[in-house]
Amino acid sequence: MAGAHASSLLVPGDSRLHRLRPQCKIAAAVAFIFIVVATPREQFWAFGAYVAGLVLITGISGLPPRLVLRRLTVDLPFLAFALFLPFFAGGEQVGDGWWSLSIDGLWASWNIVAKGTLGVATSVLLTGTTSLADLIRGMERLHAPAAFTAITTFMVRYAEVITGEMQRMKVARESRGHDPRWLWQIRAIAHTAGTLFVRSYERGERVHLAMLSRGFDGAMPRMVEGGAPRSDWTTAAILPATALAVSLAAWMVHT
Amino acid sequence: MHVPDGFFDATTSIGTGVASAGAIAVGLRRSADELSDRLAPMAGLVAAFIFALQLLNFPVASGTSGHLLGGALAAVLVGPWVGLVCVSIVLLVQALVFADGGLTAYGLNVILVAIVPAFVGYGVYRLVRALLPANRRAVVAGSAVGAFVSVPVAAAVFAVLFAVGGSIDLEFSSVLTAMVGTHLLIGIGEAAITAAIVSAVVTTRPDLVHGARDLAVDLELRTGTGATVLEAS
Repeated sequence: MAGAHASSLLVPGDSRLHRLRPQCKIAAAVAFIFIVVATPREQFWAFGAYVAGLVLITGISGLPPRLVLRRLTVDLPFLAFALFLPFFAGGEQVGDGWWSLSIDGLWASWNIVAKGTLGVATSVLLTGTTSLADLIRGMERLHAPAAFTAITTFMVRYAEVITGEMQRMKVARESRGHDPRWLWQIRAIAHTAGTLFVRSYERGERVHLAMLSRGFDGAMPRMVEGGAPRSDWTTAAILPATALAVSLAAWMVHT
Repeated sequence: MHVPDGFFDATTSIGTGVASAGAIAVGLRRSADELSDRLAPMAGLVAAFIFALQLLNFPVASGTSGHLLGGALAAVLVGPWVGLVCVSIVLLVQALVFADGGLTAYGLNVILVAIVPAFVGYGVYRLVRALLPANRRAVVAGSAVGAFVSVPVAAAVFAVLFAVGGSIDLEFSSVLTAMVGTHLLIGIGEAAITAAIVSAVVTTRPDLVHGARDLAVDLELRTGTGATVLEAS
Protein backbone atom coordinates (compact mmCIF):
# COMPACT_ATOMS: atom_id res chain seq x y z
CA MET A 1 0.00 0.00 0.00
CA ALA A 2 1.40 3.38 -1.00
CA GLY A 3 0.43 4.63 2.43
CA ALA A 4 2.37 7.83 2.63
CA HIS A 5 1.59 9.14 -0.80
CA ALA A 6 -2.05 9.69 -0.18
CA SER A 7 -2.38 12.28 -2.91
CA SER A 8 -0.55 10.42 -5.66
CA LEU A 9 -3.49 8.26 -6.73
CA LEU A 10 -4.51 11.05 -9.08
CA VAL A 11 -3.50 10.33 -12.64
CA PRO A 12 -3.13 13.79 -14.13
CA GLY A 13 -5.24 14.35 -17.19
CA ASP A 14 -7.68 16.67 -18.85
CA SER A 15 -10.60 14.39 -19.63
CA ARG A 16 -14.24 15.37 -19.15
CA LEU A 17 -14.14 13.27 -15.99
CA HIS A 18 -11.10 15.12 -14.64
CA ARG A 19 -12.72 18.49 -15.28
CA LEU A 20 -16.04 17.62 -13.65
CA ARG A 21 -16.48 19.47 -10.33
CA PRO A 22 -15.57 17.15 -7.42
CA GLN A 23 -18.91 17.56 -5.61
CA CYS A 24 -20.74 16.25 -8.71
CA LYS A 25 -18.38 13.29 -9.01
CA ILE A 26 -18.68 12.36 -5.30
CA ALA A 27 -22.49 12.59 -5.36
CA ALA A 28 -22.67 10.53 -8.57
CA ALA A 29 -20.26 7.87 -7.25
CA VAL A 30 -22.09 7.44 -3.92
CA ALA A 31 -25.51 7.36 -5.61
CA PHE A 32 -24.25 4.81 -8.14
CA ILE A 33 -22.84 2.46 -5.48
CA PHE A 34 -26.07 2.64 -3.46
CA ILE A 35 -28.10 1.75 -6.55
CA VAL A 36 -25.74 -1.18 -7.27
CA VAL A 37 -26.06 -2.45 -3.69
CA ALA A 38 -29.86 -2.22 -3.90
CA THR A 39 -30.05 -4.23 -7.16
CA PRO A 40 -31.46 -7.80 -6.86
CA ARG A 41 -28.53 -10.18 -7.16
CA GLU A 42 -30.39 -12.69 -9.34
CA GLN A 43 -30.44 -10.32 -12.34
CA PHE A 44 -27.00 -10.94 -13.80
CA TRP A 45 -27.62 -8.73 -16.85
CA ALA A 46 -28.02 -5.66 -14.62
CA PHE A 47 -24.50 -6.13 -13.25
CA GLY A 48 -23.25 -6.60 -16.80
CA ALA A 49 -24.80 -3.24 -17.63
CA TYR A 50 -23.07 -1.61 -14.62
CA VAL A 51 -19.71 -3.04 -15.68
CA ALA A 52 -20.30 -1.75 -19.22
CA GLY A 53 -21.03 1.71 -17.81
CA LEU A 54 -17.83 1.73 -15.75
CA VAL A 55 -15.77 0.46 -18.69
CA LEU A 56 -17.20 3.30 -20.80
CA ILE A 57 -16.29 5.83 -18.10
CA THR A 58 -12.79 4.38 -17.81
CA GLY A 59 -12.48 5.01 -21.55
CA ILE A 60 -13.63 8.61 -21.17
CA SER A 61 -11.32 9.20 -18.18
CA GLY A 62 -8.25 8.17 -20.14
CA LEU A 63 -6.99 6.14 -17.15
CA PRO A 64 -4.82 3.25 -18.34
CA PRO A 65 -7.01 0.10 -18.06
CA ARG A 66 -4.10 -1.88 -16.60
CA LEU A 67 -3.73 0.63 -13.78
CA VAL A 68 -7.44 0.42 -13.03
CA LEU A 69 -7.25 -3.37 -12.95
CA ARG A 70 -4.20 -3.30 -10.70
CA ARG A 71 -5.92 -0.98 -8.23
CA LEU A 72 -8.93 -3.31 -8.21
CA THR A 73 -6.76 -5.87 -6.41
CA VAL A 74 -7.42 -4.19 -3.00
CA ASP A 75 -10.62 -6.17 -3.30
CA LEU A 76 -8.85 -9.55 -3.25
CA PRO A 77 -9.01 -10.31 0.51
CA PHE A 78 -12.79 -9.98 0.36
CA LEU A 79 -13.02 -12.20 -2.66
CA ALA A 80 -11.13 -14.81 -0.66
CA PHE A 81 -13.61 -14.41 2.20
CA ALA A 82 -16.55 -14.58 -0.20
CA LEU A 83 -15.27 -17.81 -1.73
CA PHE A 84 -15.45 -19.48 1.68
CA LEU A 85 -19.13 -18.73 2.18
CA PRO A 86 -20.57 -21.54 0.04
CA PHE A 87 -18.73 -24.09 2.20
CA PHE A 88 -20.11 -22.86 5.50
CA ALA A 89 -23.55 -21.44 4.86
CA GLY A 90 -26.57 -23.57 5.66
CA GLY A 91 -29.76 -24.15 3.72
CA GLU A 92 -30.20 -26.21 0.59
CA GLN A 93 -27.00 -27.81 -0.69
CA VAL A 94 -25.74 -28.93 -4.07
CA GLY A 95 -23.12 -31.59 -4.61
CA ASP A 96 -22.73 -35.27 -3.83
CA GLY A 97 -21.37 -37.45 -1.05
CA TRP A 98 -18.24 -35.82 0.23
CA TRP A 99 -18.54 -32.30 -1.11
CA SER A 100 -21.45 -29.92 -0.93
CA LEU A 101 -21.96 -26.22 -1.51
CA SER A 102 -24.73 -24.14 -0.03
CA ILE A 103 -26.93 -22.52 -2.65
CA ASP A 104 -27.53 -19.56 -0.33
CA GLY A 105 -23.79 -19.32 0.17
CA LEU A 106 -23.12 -19.28 -3.57
CA TRP A 107 -25.60 -16.46 -4.03
CA ALA A 108 -24.10 -14.51 -1.14
CA SER A 109 -20.63 -15.09 -2.50
CA TRP A 110 -21.62 -13.77 -5.93
CA ASN A 111 -23.43 -10.85 -4.30
CA ILE A 112 -20.34 -9.74 -2.34
CA VAL A 113 -17.94 -10.28 -5.24
CA ALA A 114 -20.10 -8.37 -7.72
CA LYS A 115 -21.16 -5.45 -5.53
CA GLY A 116 -17.85 -5.14 -3.69
CA THR A 117 -15.87 -5.07 -6.93
CA LEU A 118 -18.20 -2.52 -8.54
CA GLY A 119 -17.83 -0.37 -5.42
CA VAL A 120 -14.03 -0.55 -5.54
CA ALA A 121 -14.02 0.16 -9.28
CA THR A 122 -16.13 3.27 -8.75
CA SER A 123 -13.76 4.50 -6.02
CA VAL A 124 -10.76 3.82 -8.26
CA LEU A 125 -12.29 5.94 -11.03
CA LEU A 126 -13.17 8.71 -8.56
CA THR A 127 -9.74 8.88 -6.93
CA GLY A 128 -7.89 8.38 -10.20
CA THR A 129 -9.41 11.55 -11.64
CA THR A 130 -9.76 13.74 -8.53
CA SER A 131 -7.00 15.02 -6.26
CA LEU A 132 -7.42 14.59 -2.53
CA ALA A 133 -7.65 18.36 -2.06
CA ASP A 134 -10.48 18.46 -4.58
CA LEU A 135 -12.25 15.56 -2.86
CA ILE A 136 -12.19 17.50 0.41
CA ARG A 137 -13.38 20.65 -1.35
CA GLY A 138 -16.18 18.60 -2.90
CA MET A 139 -17.23 17.31 0.52
CA GLU A 140 -17.29 20.90 1.74
CA ARG A 141 -19.58 21.89 -1.14
CA LEU A 142 -21.80 18.93 -0.23
CA HIS A 143 -22.25 20.50 3.24
CA ALA A 144 -19.94 18.30 5.28
CA PRO A 145 -19.36 20.18 8.59
CA ALA A 146 -16.55 22.75 8.28
CA ALA A 147 -14.71 21.28 11.27
CA PHE A 148 -14.81 17.85 9.67
CA THR A 149 -13.26 18.99 6.39
CA ALA A 150 -10.72 21.15 8.23
CA ILE A 151 -9.52 18.17 10.32
CA THR A 152 -9.42 16.00 7.19
CA THR A 153 -7.31 18.62 5.42
CA PHE A 154 -4.77 18.64 8.24
CA MET A 155 -4.77 14.87 8.44
CA VAL A 156 -4.08 14.48 4.74
CA ARG A 157 -1.45 17.22 4.76
CA TYR A 158 0.49 15.69 7.66
CA ALA A 159 -0.07 11.99 6.91
CA GLU A 160 3.11 11.93 4.83
CA VAL A 161 5.09 13.85 7.47
CA ILE A 162 4.06 11.48 10.26
CA THR A 163 4.53 8.29 8.23
CA GLY A 164 7.92 9.62 7.14
CA GLU A 165 8.85 10.18 10.77
CA MET A 166 7.74 6.65 11.59
CA GLN A 167 9.77 5.29 8.70
CA ARG A 168 12.91 7.03 10.00
CA MET A 169 12.38 5.56 13.46
CA LYS A 170 12.00 2.15 11.84
CA VAL A 171 15.30 2.57 10.00
CA ALA A 172 16.92 3.66 13.26
CA ARG A 173 15.61 0.56 15.06
CA GLU A 174 16.57 -1.85 12.33
CA SER A 175 20.04 -0.40 11.89
CA ARG A 176 20.58 -1.33 15.53
CA GLY A 177 19.71 -4.92 14.84
CA HIS A 178 16.05 -4.84 15.87
CA ASP A 179 14.15 -7.83 14.48
CA PRO A 180 11.33 -8.86 16.83
CA ARG A 181 9.35 -12.02 16.10
CA TRP A 182 7.01 -12.47 19.05
CA LEU A 183 4.30 -10.44 20.75
CA TRP A 184 6.32 -10.12 23.98
CA GLN A 185 9.08 -8.34 22.10
CA ILE A 186 6.95 -5.31 21.22
CA ARG A 187 8.50 -2.93 23.74
CA ALA A 188 10.71 -1.08 21.27
CA ILE A 189 7.97 -0.73 18.67
CA ALA A 190 5.52 0.40 21.34
CA HIS A 191 8.02 3.06 22.38
CA THR A 192 8.23 4.12 18.73
CA ALA A 193 4.46 4.47 18.61
CA GLY A 194 4.39 6.32 21.92
CA THR A 195 7.10 8.71 20.81
CA LEU A 196 5.30 9.17 17.51
CA PHE A 197 2.15 10.17 19.41
CA VAL A 198 4.02 12.68 21.58
CA ARG A 199 5.76 14.15 18.53
CA SER A 200 2.50 14.35 16.54
CA TYR A 201 0.72 16.02 19.42
CA GLU A 202 3.51 18.54 19.94
CA ARG A 203 3.64 19.18 16.19
CA GLY A 204 -0.07 19.93 16.36
CA GLU A 205 0.57 22.48 19.11
CA ARG A 206 3.34 24.11 17.04
CA VAL A 207 1.13 24.20 13.94
CA HIS A 208 -1.58 25.87 16.00
CA LEU A 209 0.85 28.52 17.31
CA ALA A 210 2.14 29.12 13.79
CA MET A 211 -1.43 29.60 12.62
CA LEU A 212 -2.15 32.04 15.47
CA SER A 213 0.95 34.08 14.63
CA ARG A 214 -0.37 34.39 11.07
CA GLY A 215 -3.72 35.76 12.19
CA PHE A 216 -5.82 32.60 12.64
CA ASP A 217 -9.02 33.59 14.43
CA GLY A 218 -10.64 30.21 14.97
CA ALA A 219 -12.32 29.76 11.60
CA MET A 220 -10.66 28.22 8.58
CA PRO A 221 -10.95 30.39 5.47
CA ARG A 222 -13.52 29.01 3.07
CA MET A 223 -12.36 28.16 -0.39
CA VAL A 224 -13.71 30.86 -2.67
CA GLU A 225 -15.25 29.00 -5.53
CA GLY A 226 -18.74 29.14 -6.93
CA GLY A 227 -21.06 26.18 -7.15
CA ALA A 228 -20.86 23.73 -9.99
CA PRO A 229 -22.41 24.75 -13.30
CA ARG A 230 -25.63 22.98 -14.18
CA SER A 231 -23.94 21.17 -17.07
CA ASP A 232 -21.58 19.43 -14.62
CA TRP A 233 -24.51 18.16 -12.57
CA THR A 234 -26.37 16.88 -15.62
CA THR A 235 -23.24 15.15 -16.95
CA ALA A 236 -22.52 13.57 -13.56
CA ALA A 237 -26.14 12.46 -13.26
CA ILE A 238 -25.96 10.31 -16.40
CA LEU A 239 -24.33 7.34 -14.64
CA PRO A 240 -26.59 7.12 -11.57
CA ALA A 241 -29.70 7.90 -13.63
CA THR A 242 -28.93 5.12 -16.09
CA ALA A 243 -28.09 2.77 -13.22
CA LEU A 244 -31.37 3.65 -11.52
CA ALA A 245 -33.28 2.78 -14.71
CA VAL A 246 -31.39 -0.53 -14.94
CA SER A 247 -32.04 -1.30 -11.27
CA LEU A 248 -35.76 -0.52 -11.54
CA ALA A 249 -36.01 -2.70 -14.63
CA ALA A 250 -34.19 -5.47 -12.75
CA TRP A 251 -36.69 -5.19 -9.89
CA MET A 252 -39.62 -5.35 -12.30
CA VAL A 253 -38.26 -8.48 -13.96
CA HIS A 254 -37.42 -9.87 -10.54
CA THR A 255 -40.91 -9.74 -9.04
CA MET B 1 -9.28 -4.03 6.42
CA HIS B 2 -12.88 -2.93 6.60
CA VAL B 3 -16.32 -4.01 5.47
CA PRO B 4 -16.71 -3.50 1.69
CA ASP B 5 -19.84 -2.72 -0.36
CA GLY B 6 -22.26 -5.60 -0.83
CA PHE B 7 -22.04 -7.15 2.66
CA PHE B 8 -25.11 -5.32 3.90
CA ASP B 9 -28.37 -4.35 2.23
CA ALA B 10 -29.11 -0.73 1.29
CA THR B 11 -31.48 -0.12 4.23
CA THR B 12 -28.87 -1.12 6.81
CA SER B 13 -26.20 0.90 4.99
CA ILE B 14 -28.35 4.03 5.09
CA GLY B 15 -29.44 3.42 8.69
CA THR B 16 -25.90 2.97 9.97
CA GLY B 17 -24.80 5.93 7.86
CA VAL B 18 -27.35 8.22 9.50
CA ALA B 19 -26.47 6.94 12.99
CA SER B 20 -22.75 7.48 12.36
CA ALA B 21 -23.28 10.96 10.94
CA GLY B 22 -25.16 11.86 14.12
CA ALA B 23 -22.42 10.47 16.35
CA ILE B 24 -19.71 12.30 14.37
CA ALA B 25 -21.68 15.56 14.59
CA VAL B 26 -21.94 15.24 18.38
CA GLY B 27 -18.28 14.23 18.52
CA LEU B 28 -17.26 17.31 16.55
CA ARG B 29 -19.21 19.58 18.90
CA ARG B 30 -17.78 17.96 22.03
CA SER B 31 -14.27 18.06 20.55
CA ALA B 32 -14.66 21.75 19.70
CA ASP B 33 -15.71 22.45 23.31
CA GLU B 34 -12.58 20.70 24.49
CA LEU B 35 -9.99 22.00 22.03
CA SER B 36 -11.65 25.29 20.90
CA ASP B 37 -9.62 26.87 18.10
CA ARG B 38 -6.94 24.19 18.40
CA LEU B 39 -9.41 21.62 17.08
CA ALA B 40 -8.39 21.46 13.40
CA PRO B 41 -4.61 21.17 13.81
CA MET B 42 -4.68 18.99 16.95
CA ALA B 43 -7.33 16.53 15.77
CA GLY B 44 -5.78 16.55 12.30
CA LEU B 45 -2.37 15.59 13.63
CA VAL B 46 -3.85 12.93 15.92
CA ALA B 47 -5.72 11.49 12.92
CA ALA B 48 -2.47 11.49 10.92
CA PHE B 49 -0.85 9.64 13.84
CA ILE B 50 -3.58 6.98 13.85
CA PHE B 51 -3.25 6.66 10.08
CA ALA B 52 0.52 6.11 10.40
CA LEU B 53 0.06 3.75 13.35
CA GLN B 54 -2.06 1.39 11.27
CA LEU B 55 0.86 1.03 8.88
CA LEU B 56 3.15 0.00 11.75
CA ASN B 57 3.57 -3.76 11.96
CA PHE B 58 3.82 -5.42 15.33
CA PRO B 59 5.29 -8.90 15.67
CA VAL B 60 2.71 -11.44 16.80
CA ALA B 61 4.13 -14.95 16.64
CA SER B 62 7.06 -16.53 14.90
CA GLY B 63 7.63 -13.66 12.52
CA THR B 64 4.00 -13.00 11.55
CA SER B 65 2.76 -9.50 12.25
CA GLY B 66 -0.42 -7.53 12.62
CA HIS B 67 -1.42 -3.93 13.07
CA LEU B 68 -3.38 -2.06 15.70
CA LEU B 69 -7.03 -1.09 15.24
CA GLY B 70 -6.41 1.84 17.57
CA GLY B 71 -9.94 2.85 18.57
CA ALA B 72 -9.47 2.21 22.29
CA LEU B 73 -5.93 3.63 22.22
CA ALA B 74 -7.19 6.89 20.67
CA ALA B 75 -9.95 7.12 23.28
CA VAL B 76 -7.49 6.77 26.18
CA LEU B 77 -4.91 9.13 24.66
CA VAL B 78 -7.16 11.97 23.48
CA GLY B 79 -10.58 11.22 24.98
CA PRO B 80 -13.53 9.34 23.45
CA TRP B 81 -14.99 12.25 21.45
CA VAL B 82 -11.81 13.48 19.78
CA GLY B 83 -10.79 9.84 19.32
CA LEU B 84 -14.10 9.01 17.62
CA VAL B 85 -13.78 11.95 15.23
CA CYS B 86 -10.15 11.15 14.37
CA VAL B 87 -10.74 7.45 13.71
CA SER B 88 -13.82 8.30 11.57
CA ILE B 89 -11.71 10.62 9.45
CA VAL B 90 -9.00 8.01 9.04
CA LEU B 91 -11.71 5.58 7.89
CA LEU B 92 -13.04 8.10 5.39
CA VAL B 93 -9.63 8.71 3.87
CA GLN B 94 -8.98 4.97 3.69
CA ALA B 95 -12.34 4.43 1.96
CA LEU B 96 -11.87 7.32 -0.46
CA VAL B 97 -8.22 6.83 -1.25
CA PHE B 98 -7.50 3.13 -0.95
CA ALA B 99 -11.03 1.83 -1.47
CA ASP B 100 -10.44 0.04 1.87
CA GLY B 101 -14.00 -0.23 3.13
CA GLY B 102 -16.91 0.50 0.83
CA LEU B 103 -18.45 3.96 0.59
CA THR B 104 -21.90 2.53 1.34
CA ALA B 105 -20.42 0.62 4.29
CA TYR B 106 -18.80 3.75 5.74
CA GLY B 107 -21.43 4.21 8.45
CA LEU B 108 -21.08 0.59 9.45
CA ASN B 109 -17.29 0.81 9.62
CA VAL B 110 -17.54 3.97 11.74
CA ILE B 111 -19.77 2.11 14.21
CA LEU B 112 -17.49 -0.92 14.41
CA VAL B 113 -14.06 0.75 14.35
CA ALA B 114 -14.68 4.22 15.81
CA ILE B 115 -17.84 4.40 17.95
CA VAL B 116 -17.83 1.00 19.69
CA PRO B 117 -14.11 1.05 20.62
CA ALA B 118 -14.32 4.68 21.74
CA PHE B 119 -17.20 4.10 24.12
CA VAL B 120 -16.81 0.46 25.14
CA GLY B 121 -13.04 0.82 25.37
CA TYR B 122 -13.18 4.09 27.28
CA GLY B 123 -16.06 2.93 29.48
CA VAL B 124 -14.20 -0.19 30.54
CA TYR B 125 -11.04 1.89 31.01
CA ARG B 126 -12.90 4.22 33.42
CA LEU B 127 -14.38 1.24 35.26
CA VAL B 128 -10.96 -0.36 35.78
CA ARG B 129 -9.51 2.97 36.88
CA ALA B 130 -12.30 3.34 39.44
CA LEU B 131 -11.51 -0.08 40.91
CA LEU B 132 -7.73 0.30 41.06
CA PRO B 133 -5.62 2.81 42.99
CA ALA B 134 -4.95 6.10 41.19
CA ASN B 135 -1.52 5.53 39.66
CA ARG B 136 0.16 5.00 36.31
CA ARG B 137 0.00 1.24 36.52
CA ALA B 138 -3.79 1.43 36.72
CA VAL B 139 -3.79 3.61 33.57
CA VAL B 140 -1.88 0.91 31.69
CA ALA B 141 -4.02 -1.91 33.10
CA GLY B 142 -7.22 -0.02 32.31
CA SER B 143 -6.26 0.65 28.71
CA ALA B 144 -5.30 -3.01 28.24
CA VAL B 145 -8.63 -4.26 29.53
CA GLY B 146 -10.52 -1.57 27.61
CA ALA B 147 -8.77 -2.45 24.36
CA PHE B 148 -9.28 -6.16 24.93
CA VAL B 149 -13.01 -5.87 25.61
CA SER B 150 -13.67 -3.43 22.76
CA VAL B 151 -12.58 -5.86 20.02
CA PRO B 152 -14.94 -8.82 20.69
CA VAL B 153 -17.76 -6.37 21.48
CA ALA B 154 -17.30 -4.78 18.04
CA ALA B 155 -17.33 -8.30 16.56
CA ALA B 156 -20.58 -9.04 18.40
CA VAL B 157 -22.11 -5.78 17.11
CA PHE B 158 -21.09 -6.85 13.60
CA ALA B 159 -22.83 -10.21 14.12
CA VAL B 160 -26.03 -8.50 15.33
CA LEU B 161 -26.06 -6.05 12.41
CA PHE B 162 -25.30 -8.90 10.02
CA ALA B 163 -28.33 -10.78 11.32
CA VAL B 164 -30.47 -7.67 10.75
CA GLY B 165 -29.24 -6.58 7.34
CA GLY B 166 -26.57 -8.95 6.09
CA SER B 167 -26.64 -10.08 2.49
CA ILE B 168 -26.76 -13.75 3.49
CA ASP B 169 -28.82 -15.79 5.89
CA LEU B 170 -26.19 -17.35 8.13
CA GLU B 171 -27.28 -18.67 11.47
CA PHE B 172 -26.90 -15.84 14.01
CA SER B 173 -25.36 -17.98 16.74
CA SER B 174 -22.68 -19.42 14.44
CA VAL B 175 -21.72 -15.98 13.08
CA LEU B 176 -21.57 -14.70 16.64
CA THR B 177 -19.43 -17.59 17.86
CA ALA B 178 -17.04 -17.40 14.91
CA MET B 179 -16.67 -13.61 15.03
CA VAL B 180 -16.32 -13.28 18.80
CA GLY B 181 -14.05 -16.34 18.95
CA THR B 182 -11.49 -15.08 16.46
CA HIS B 183 -11.70 -11.55 17.82
CA LEU B 184 -10.93 -12.70 21.35
CA LEU B 185 -7.49 -13.60 19.99
CA ILE B 186 -7.16 -10.32 18.09
CA GLY B 187 -8.25 -8.56 21.29
CA ILE B 188 -5.29 -10.04 23.17
CA GLY B 189 -2.89 -8.54 20.63
CA GLU B 190 -4.77 -5.25 20.68
CA ALA B 191 -4.60 -5.18 24.50
CA ALA B 192 -0.86 -5.90 24.60
CA ILE B 193 0.01 -3.26 22.00
CA THR B 194 -2.34 -0.63 23.45
CA ALA B 195 -0.97 -1.17 26.96
CA ALA B 196 2.62 -0.97 25.74
CA ILE B 197 1.99 2.29 23.86
CA VAL B 198 0.04 3.90 26.72
CA SER B 199 2.79 2.83 29.10
CA ALA B 200 5.41 4.47 26.88
CA VAL B 201 3.47 7.75 26.66
CA VAL B 202 2.47 7.85 30.32
CA THR B 203 6.11 7.42 31.32
CA THR B 204 7.41 10.30 29.20
CA ARG B 205 4.49 12.73 28.96
CA PRO B 206 1.73 11.74 31.40
CA ASP B 207 0.16 15.18 30.93
CA LEU B 208 -0.70 14.30 27.30
CA VAL B 209 -2.73 11.21 28.19
CA HIS B 210 -6.36 12.33 28.36
CA GLY B 211 -7.38 9.38 30.51
CA ALA B 212 -4.62 10.12 33.06
CA ARG B 213 -5.29 13.82 33.60
CA ASP B 214 -6.45 13.19 37.12
CA LEU B 215 -2.91 12.02 37.93
CA ALA B 216 -1.32 15.32 36.87
CA VAL B 217 0.77 16.85 39.64
CA ASP B 218 0.66 20.57 40.29
CA LEU B 219 3.86 22.44 39.58
CA GLU B 220 5.80 23.36 42.69
CA LEU B 221 8.15 26.28 43.11
CA ARG B 222 10.93 25.06 45.38
CA THR B 223 13.10 27.66 47.02
CA GLY B 224 15.40 27.66 50.00
CA THR B 225 12.52 28.55 52.28
CA GLY B 226 10.13 25.83 51.15
CA ALA B 227 7.79 24.80 48.33
CA THR B 228 4.82 26.73 46.95
CA VAL B 229 2.27 25.03 44.71
CA LEU B 230 1.84 27.04 41.54
CA GLU B 231 -1.64 27.45 40.13
CA ALA B 232 -2.70 24.35 38.20
CA SER B 233 -2.45 24.89 34.47
